[in-house]
Amino acid sequence: MAEINSYTVNFGPQHPAAHGVLRLVLEMEGEVVRRADPHIGLLHRATEKLAETKPYNQSIGYMDRLDYVSMMCNEHAYVLAIEKLLGVTPPERAQYIRVMFDEITRILNHLLWIGAHGLDVGAMTVFLYAFKEREELMDCYEAVSGARMHATYYRPGGVYRDLPATMPKYRSSEFRSEKNLKQMNEDREGNMLDFIEGFCSRFLVTVDEIETLLTDNRIWKQRLVDVAIVSPERALQLGFTGPMLRGSGVEWDLRRKRPYEVYDRMEFDIPVGTNGDCYDRYLIRMEELRQSVRIIRQCVSWLRRNDGPVMIQDHKVAPPSREEMKDDMESLIHHFKLFTEGYCPPAGEVYASIEAPKGEFGAYIVSDGANKPYRLKLRAPGFAHMAAMDELAKGHMLADVVTIMGTLDIVFGEVDR
Amino acid sequence: MAISSERLLERVNALLGELVADSACAYDEVEIEVAPENLYAAMQQLRDAESLQFEQLLDIAGVDYAAYGQDEWTTDEASNTGFSRGVDGFSTGRLGLTGIYGVQEVTSNTARRFAAVYHLLSVTNNLRLRVRCFAADDDMPMLDSVMPIWASANWQEREAFDLYGILFEGHPDLRRILTDYGFVGHPFRKDFPLIGNVEVRYDETKGRVVYEPVSIEPRVLVPRVIRDDNRYADPAAAEEPKNG
Repeated sequence: MAEINSYTVNFGPQHPAAHGVLRLVLEMEGEVVRRADPHIGLLHRATEKLAETKPYNQSIGYMDRLDYVSMMCNEHAYVLAIEKLLGVTPPERAQYIRVMFDEITRILNHLLWIGAHGLDVGAMTVFLYAFKEREELMDCYEAVSGARMHATYYRPGGVYRDLPATMPKYRSSEFRSEKNLKQMNEDREGNMLDFIEGFCSRFLVTVDEIETLLTDNRIWKQRLVDVAIVSPERALQLGFTGPMLRGSGVEWDLRRKRPYEVYDRMEFDIPVGTNGDCYDRYLIRMEELRQSVRIIRQCVSWLRRNDGPVMIQDHKVAPPSREEMKDDMESLIHHFKLFTEGYCPPAGEVYASIEAPKGEFGAYIVSDGANKPYRLKLRAPGFAHMAAMDELAKGHMLADVVTIMGTLDIVFGEVDR
Repeated sequence: MAISSERLLERVNALLGELVADSACAYDEVEIEVAPENLYAAMQQLRDAESLQFEQLLDIAGVDYAAYGQDEWTTDEASNTGFSRGVDGFSTGRLGLTGIYGVQEVTSNTARRFAAVYHLLSVTNNLRLRVRCFAADDDMPMLDSVMPIWASANWQEREAFDLYGILFEGHPDLRRILTDYGFVGHPFRKDFPLIGNVEVRYDETKGRVVYEPVSIEPRVLVPRVIRDDNRYADPAAAEEPKNG
């Protein structure tokens, strides 16, 4: 038999652990990875070029489709950049709503991540726990925007509309008994804030349950501890942000260091790792779930006490209400101009970034004064993380590649854009 | 706590001196421009200087300035042509269309057409800086690779090369990254049509996927408009009643 020193394995593009469409060319020596060459771009939709051909507001929907598990955070960065360019600040209530939904989005993202990561590494149950909770949060998305995922809820100047007074309820059907139905609708009797508050207390129990399943689990630790160790210096060199950077012990969180919206009024802790391995990053993300709940609770209590507008009244940027439009000529003109042409921000260049669940998500807009961005560049955290794949996987076993993919928290919508 | 953008610019100027070709402070952000021959030296200093320590390169954005400031819908005077003048026009978005649409040469912004914009971040000092560098030659835009300074430049430079055709000298592995295997052209250039040049379909007789010139026409739904809205430039002017 011929002596085979090294061979190449094609991992993906259709592979459940590839988290979407990644073609990973692995040069193996036995079971040890010598070189990993990710071929990305299979989901490239030229979002940035599409945005160049549309008025600013029409691209908000594209942002949801970038990192399609943390939808509103992407919108947030884009909308912040536009607001910076226009020089408008959303009303306080809108800022609180945005912060609340950013954190809801963080929970959504981390839940999908823990579900998929667990599944990759062999823990099936976590996936089911996580998705059960995700469903409730998606109901919040739906209640507020009408869409379960691609919300297009944040707009320059605020949010599309105020929180609904009632939470949508399950309807009776022949497959549900009255008793069951009542039980399912128990949390949905009040308004949306009641529902979110109820979710928060229930969810902390779920986080503990997930941790019980994993944190001290022998198999989980065997798969994660000491895999893909990144030193703080390397993490900075490689352009890591978010939990990937904090896992290596660098305390860097834009919510604290460069507070946007009302994060400076929020109380929360930033978990930081010590070893920089997959297990640390797991612990950090689990703690972030709890911290997000903390922030959401603060937002809920503020939103309960304070009413007010959720959109600025400048009709050069934000459309007037339907009622105004029906009996005021000026409003009708504003409405028409906004939806056929949009607004023209001044010429200039801005960069706005937020702490998305995966790291720093930024939007860089070059404007030449037209109603469309001249150039839009999106800084996706996953792109930098994916680029480090070769360095992280080198010297590890083939099975660890799956763990590393999980810990990177990759979503190809944002990597490929 | 982060220092103000003016202070940051002072520090950058003090450090780089002659290397800074141009600088701007706007929207609480600092932007400097360096000449391509000074790019590497400037970047090295920005990372290593004690007062700045930009240890992270967040992003490299390629920009094509060829159609900067061009619009499809003049707003200076009234006209009796309608929507079609924006839709059928042969301007931005369809600038210098190649392939089946004929060729219109790009002449605007010569030698200031392609730029790479580097977003730097200092975690230690909580600072941000944007560095812009224009490539000298439009036909073969070339800049020095900053990969030895920041490892994260690897894929970011590959992306700028793929989408804009900016070559990075010294990059060890400058392959295409986002586009398809065997893709022709650099799709984010302003003279590359939005709908592309080729389309693919499965040919039953040949039994394989074939590439053909696109059959759909480029169409713009909302014309590009630049309005001289002085209300942003000067808040006081907006208060005065408009004349005419």
